[in-house]
Amino acid sequence: MTGTQIFFLIVGAATLFSGLMVVTTRNLIHAALWLVATLFGVAMIYAILDAGFLAVVQVVVYIGAIAILFIFAVMLTRRQAAETGPSVNANWWAGAFTAVVTFAGLTFMLKSWSGFSKQAAAIPSGFDAVNQLGNALTSPTGYVLPFEVASVLLLAALVGAVYLAFNKK
Amino acid sequence: MNFWNDPLKVAADWLTGIFTGWGMDAVAANVLVAFLGVLMLITILMVIDIFLVWIERKVVARFQDRIGPNRLGPFGLIQPFADIIKLMIKEDTTPDGADKVVYNVAPLLSMMSVLILWAVVPLAPVMLGVDLNIGALFIIAAGSIGTLSIIMAGWSSNNKFSVIGAFRQVAVMVSFEIPMLATLLIPTIFSGSMGMNAIIQSQDIWFIFLSPLAALIFLIAAIAELGRAPFDLAEGESELVSGYNIEYSGMKFGMFYAGELLHAFTFGGFWAIMFFGGYRFLGLEKVSPFLAIAIILFKALIGYWVIMWVKYTVMRIRIDQMLAFNWKFLTPVAFVLVMVTALMNALLRGADSWLYITGMILSNIIVAWVSLEVVRSVSRKERERVEGVTQIAEAHH
Repeated sequence: MTGTQIFFLIVGAATLFSGLMVVTTRNLIHAALWLVATLFGVAMIYAILDAGFLAVVQVVVYIGAIAILFIFAVMLTRRQAAETGPSVNANWWAGAFTAVVTFAGLTFMLKSWSGFSKQAAAIPSGFDAVNQLGNALTSPTGYVLPFEVASVLLLAALVGAVYLAFNKK
Repeated sequence: MNFWNDPLKVAADWLTGIFTGWGMDAVAANVLVAFLGVLMLITILMVIDIFLVWIERKVVARFQDRIGPNRLGPFGLIQPFADIIKLMIKEDTTPDGADKVVYNVAPLLSMMSVLILWAVVPLAPVMLGVDLNIGALFIIAAGSIGTLSIIMAGWSSNNKFSVIGAFRQVAVMVSFEIPMLATLLIPTIFSGSMGMNAIIQSQDIWFIFLSPLAALIFLIAAIAELGRAPFDLAEGESELVSGYNIEYSGMKFGMFYAGELLHAFTFGGFWAIMFFGGYRFLGLEKVSPFLAIAIILFKALIGYWVIMWVKYTVMRIRIDQMLAFNWKFLTPVAFVLVMVTALMNALLRGADSWLYITGMILSNIIVAWVSLEVVRSVSRKERERVEGVTQIAEAHH
């Protein structure tokens, strides 16, 4: 086993554990903080995969904006941060069954893929991933259309939020 | 390759040689050497941090027409050590009903979010932690960890003043992140890279001369991010005491305080890197890496001094004024500036360097002038509206 694999297993286990804690802990603020740990674990997995840009964007967007908004929303809307009701409902076994079947199905499908047991090829030196990403997102032969569509969607969400929050005089 | 040209690499090779000589695995030796390097950098930063306490106290004293610490040692230089001993031996209190784990992790995260910034700071052409090609974004990411630490500290203290302080501080930090990110894109446009070393290397002309407005917006956003005056709303003696860190005592409070000072110094450094050529000064950085370190630390100290100058000169503003200033003025101006700079860069890329500089400066001046004119007309209308309302009210009386 290589060092990267050991590191990946540790990070993966920590991410899964914090993901489990998000749904099992009773305190909503703790759940949000465990969610931060989970998202940070995902960022570390991106970093292991040499996707530095995605790792940093994951931290900026998910931890810096979304998790903070979660915590704000919990603090501003609840008197008690602790949840008192039961944390599972009668359908918990169906959810667990779906999760196990999905995991088994994905594992089965990936096993039949030829790259499953191979090591990733080393990135050639001088390869600028950020530059490539930027070119791909803005070149007409690349992904400029999906990129622009996503931008317009986000702009529409922004305008909608401003409209809802606008104080009509 | 001798010690004076590339000290870090020579020292690292020497240490790796010793460790492998002891029969250590080569990979393990490399990891250990890297770890020792990080430990050394953090130790040096913490020692600098101790003296930053002294600098801060001396400078604020001068601004307020006092002398400042002068009893212990020459020029009061021993004073910060006395402060540290006091902080260390103070009682470590934890409030009733505090969330113990979160309460104790918050100061660590706060300090960490500052120290981690130095991973991407190039001290000399050959001396830097990692030359990340996303250095500019990394600054914002580290800032988000700092935001998280503040909200954790405020919530876990089980104190309504600390929660309100944390809310205010986080609202400011989350908002001012946006103009900061936008102005960080401007050196990126000029240099074609987000890496700190590439940004410094491409500053044959300091970027302040290409985009003074961006440098100004970055400084304002940095001061807000630091939570220093005029944006120190988390603190308010008459309403919410000292904000999110009220309940902290001893060295845990010290971590927040030292973190804030080091953060200010670090942002002085980033200001120097982004707009003042970093470790470059008249080619002196090529003479010796040690000279380059001296240059960048000197520039960082000047940036820190400017931040202190603003802090101790300008009065604080209300939170609604501050958020309106950010969302209605700073953010739009920063975005327009990014668009104009990108457009001008595309137009003038192949042009003569004098034409390039003149074009950039002119576009900066025009953006600044137009935005100030818009603000002037909007505030005139607002003033007329308010005066009109009071006149009607007086007429009713």
